[in-house]
Amino acid sequence: MHELPITQGILSIVLQHAKSVQARRITSINVKVGEISGVVPDYVRLQFDLLSKDTIAEGANLIFLPSPTSLRCRRCGRIYTPENPDWICPECGNNKFEIMSGRECSVESMEIG
Amino acid sequence: MEVKVLTIKEDILGINEKRAKNNYERLNEKRILTINIMSSPGAGKTSLILQTIDRLHPKLRIGVIEGDVASQVDADKVHQRKVPVVQINIPGGCHLDANMVANALNNLPLMEIDLLFIENVGNLICPADFDLGEHKRVILASTPEGDDKPYKYPTMFTEADVVLVTKIDLLPHLDFQLSRFSEGVTRLNANVKIFPLSCKTGEGMSQWFSWLLYQRRYLKTRLIRQSSQP
Repeated sequence: MHELPITQGILSIVLQHAKSVQARRITSINVKVGEISGVVPDYVRLQFDLLSKDTIAEGANLIFLPSPTSLRCRRCGRIYTPENPDWICPECGNNKFEIMSGRECSVESMEIG
Repeated sequence: MEVKVLTIKEDILGINEKRAKNNYERLNEKRILTINIMSSPGAGKTSLILQTIDRLHPKLRIGVIEGDVASQVDADKVHQRKVPVVQINIPGGCHLDANMVANALNNLPLMEIDLLFIENVGNLICPADFDLGEHKRVILASTPEGDDKPYKYPTMFTEADVVLVTKIDLLPHLDFQLSRFSEGVTRLNANVKIFPLSCKTGEGMSQWFSWLLYQRRYLKTRLIRQSSQP
């Protein structure tokens, strides 16, 4: 399961930050998930509920902020969000590109009490 | 209860990246060229490694880390050739991570290895996201899998240094179009090298061996130059 290390990562990051500010409770967590990161939010939620049991993050609401795919055309340099399955550049019709974003996965913020 | 928002902005796989960097430095220190080999199950990763051992070892001293969900099958085959090997089993797991490789490195005679293959778990999705500290990434795609793999699993191919199209001896029996496959890979990755080959007939293998030897020489020269700089 690809999601397990992701979920463990989220939990360890939030617990560490909560400890450093002596938070008593984590109520919600904002997680940025790239569209092509391959992470399935529903799996993460399920695992998070199990892993966070008996920690101050138990019951925290996981909010996933989708991060769109951004490509840079290798011919004309246009930066675009692919809108067709072949990821073709809308400017020049080229199909060679670099992936600028869409693979990232990060804990953005959390609400603590 | 007062609720406060805390900004974090931390990469979730950051801890893996950090461990991967440690592995990378350790491998550089020992001057071991390390190749992360990835593909779907059955594309021929183990056959490739065995053929490479038969051809290059012990002139180029090879070591292997085998990653599988279960069994020692692959490690046994490597071991028969008197090559140092560590088997990692990850029940229910789908990829190797940098920590597993760090532990495997502790169990290998690093002073006796020039070229280390890390055979990742057969999977075209997850391994791409976990840096192991390798120097180069090699992806295998076998002709029976079809020429659409780079279109269906793009992230796997974006950071590959080499893509090996394996089992080309089967081409006469398949609809696999090498041009369509290559187009799918190069649209994602401008600098990738694509070598079609067959472990069975040996066709195309010499390109792979030459690439490995060149990479090893290049790494050694680069590291010697670095260490001689004040």
